[in-house]
Amino acid sequence: MNVIFLLLTASTLVATVFLVAFIRAVRSGQYDDDRSPAVRMLHDPAPSRNIPTPDTPSEHVRANH
Amino acid sequence: MIERFQYDNRIVKNFMFATILWGVVGMLVGLTAALQMIVPDLNMASWFSFGRLRPLHTNAVIFAFVGNAIFAGGYYSLQRLLKTRMFSNALSAIHFWGWQLIIVAAAVTLPLGMTTGKEYAELEWPIDIAITLIWVVFGVNMFGTILKRRERHLYVAIWFFIGTWVTVAMLHIVNSIELPISLTKSYSWYAGVQDALVQWWYGHNAVAFFLTTPFLGLMYYFLPKAANRPIYSYKLSVIHFWSLIFLYIWAGPHHLLYSSLPNWAQSLGVVFSIMLIAPSWGGMLNGLLTLRGAWDRVREDPILKFFVVAVTCYGMATLEGPLLSLKSINAIAHFTDWIVAHVHIGGLGWNGLLTFGMIYWLVPRLYGTQLHSKRLANIHFWSATLGIIFYAVPLYFAGFFQSLMWKQFTPDGFLVYPNFLDTLLEIRSAYWLRAFGGTIYLIGALIMVYNVYRTVRAGRLVANEDAEAPAMEKLVVAKESGHWHRWVESRPIQMLIISLIVVGVGGILELIPTFLVKSNVPTISSVKPYTPLELHGRDIYVREGCYTCHSQMVRPFRSETERYGEYAKAGEFVYDHPFQWGSKRTGPDLLRVGGKYPDSWHYYHMLDPTTMSPGSLMPAYSHLFENSLDTSTTRAKIDAMITMGVPYDPEFPGVANVALTEQREALTASLHKDGIETYSDREIIALIAYLQRIGTDIKVKPLAETGPTR
Repeated sequence: MNVIFLLLTASTLVATVFLVAFIRAVRSGQYDDDRSPAVRMLHDPAPSRNIPTPDTPSEHVRANH
Repeated sequence: MIERFQYDNRIVKNFMFATILWGVVGMLVGLTAALQMIVPDLNMASWFSFGRLRPLHTNAVIFAFVGNAIFAGGYYSLQRLLKTRMFSNALSAIHFWGWQLIIVAAAVTLPLGMTTGKEYAELEWPIDIAITLIWVVFGVNMFGTILKRRERHLYVAIWFFIGTWVTVAMLHIVNSIELPISLTKSYSWYAGVQDALVQWWYGHNAVAFFLTTPFLGLMYYFLPKAANRPIYSYKLSVIHFWSLIFLYIWAGPHHLLYSSLPNWAQSLGVVFSIMLIAPSWGGMLNGLLTLRGAWDRVREDPILKFFVVAVTCYGMATLEGPLLSLKSINAIAHFTDWIVAHVHIGGLGWNGLLTFGMIYWLVPRLYGTQLHSKRLANIHFWSATLGIIFYAVPLYFAGFFQSLMWKQFTPDGFLVYPNFLDTLLEIRSAYWLRAFGGTIYLIGALIMVYNVYRTVRAGRLVANEDAEAPAMEKLVVAKESGHWHRWVESRPIQMLIISLIVVGVGGILELIPTFLVKSNVPTISSVKPYTPLELHGRDIYVREGCYTCHSQMVRPFRSETERYGEYAKAGEFVYDHPFQWGSKRTGPDLLRVGGKYPDSWHYYHMLDPTTMSPGSLMPAYSHLFENSLDTSTTRAKIDAMITMGVPYDPEFPGVANVALTEQREALTASLHKDGIETYSDREIIALIAYLQRIGTDIKVKPLAETGPTR
């Protein structure tokens, strides 16, 4: 029966570490950049019309190597 | 350096069309099952009966409709968020065709009665293995894409996909551990209470990590895209993700309140369910507030309408869920249509509408054209929304009132509705309205099919979409500015491991104790293993999907012990592979049905239920009277049970069929005494043997001689 308490303590400890680490992360304001990812995902720029040069091979070409 | 590459739109298109196809099929099967509940004659064949079609419906809408929607939206957003093509075209194709083959296999085997008898995990072991393999293919393809990405930051949607992949893999494997006795039949490795705990740990988290987290990923991508505005709070989305995967995994036991599960496990489930309100509503508000200042566009744009109602339904379902896990509310709602209404707010509302909005957004972009008709999309929106209302509201009433009828006592202490059937017939009109709501919803989906067809005809598939992005610069590790979460974001593999730990902690805490601690299951000396005939009968019970309408779990309420008999004890189920507690009572509980009626009653009842219960809505099971029992598997079945620790005599498998023959001859003789002439080799004999055995091992006292109580 004691194994319940062992597991309960061990597991809750690990879980608490995650929780505390997370709260500390939020409170210490370390999310310097918590805006730009949300804005950047909106931009899927259309490719420029330039013909690809050998310096900028397309993925297919590279895949053949 | 700017690199040029191409997005794979063909795989997105394939998954999207599969979503539409299986969506319509799944809804059609659902509507059929809904009608079968009111018109028993619609149960036209063994493979076309409610007990077999209901698992087909749930599997089709969850794994085929929602599953393909996850993959379509996931493959589209992953490529763009990571600025790269999918890792491997071959793996994408294997993933797609493998998943469709699994669906086809499910659509064939479930109506044929090949089932494990565990809800939402009914598929038999070869298909389980196929699911595992295809899931690994999906994982390799996704993590491969993440590894070769051109964007350092992992957008929040990707975390949701990662969390989904990890957890579903773990859930599926743990819950599917079963012992095969043939290609089409296996037994759950777990028995009774343990099987129930594993199953609802899986069942709850299938809702969490198949219907919720991946769709939150889709919401975080497609809602900002459709609104062309960044998500309301990116910070909140980060908190939302971590707290959600952290809390969800612990809430499973709320499906087993007042059951024979140890009480501490039930209470643990309740606590975490209540805590879930916070992250769930954080996600909902984050989605809705994204539209702040843009509500005028919601009036114009059908896609945003779909998203707004979808996210609102998510909010409603995730408030209702925790409330339903409060014991006092659960005592009323459990086993009733209230739960059915609840899951359809989630399924039709959250998953369905989000998928529809996503499809309307994707099709014109994949085909380089405009949506054929905005007006038809609007009509679809309204028919879907009205369909949900017509579906859910009547069932809320039905569930609530039927439960009150079950619990109502007369002033002198008798059940007001001693006959279960009376309470069912009272709510039949709600069942009709539900079928009506489902029909409107399905019509809306068909309008979408037409709209998509016309759009596709007008455009041309952009199979490979050109894109360019700068190559990802080598990361210069700057320790001082580093932060653990930033560190995690840029390291998908480490992130995978952390997710596993977070999720695993919950799982271990919940599961290990019942495995290890024998004292959780007090062994009752009078509980004996099933006889071979009863075991066969039990397998028929599982095969016909009896558990979809009948529970085997008498809760410790006076209203239930009066109606059914002694409440259920954990120790009664130690030989039940799988457990058959059920989750819905369209018919009465069967835990104490053993010995309640004569054998002949069951014989006539299974042949035509209305002869024994006039007005019964149960299907007739005439094929059980025609099929003869396959006794060639008896030995394999008993051997399997012995392997799993059921204490049969080691010599018993060899002589099991002798015992079987003895018992069925005796049963046939008993039927003969009541004037029934039948062959002793028919399946019905085995089923009657099982029904007469259920719950009799610990029958405390014969039921009061006050006449029929159900």
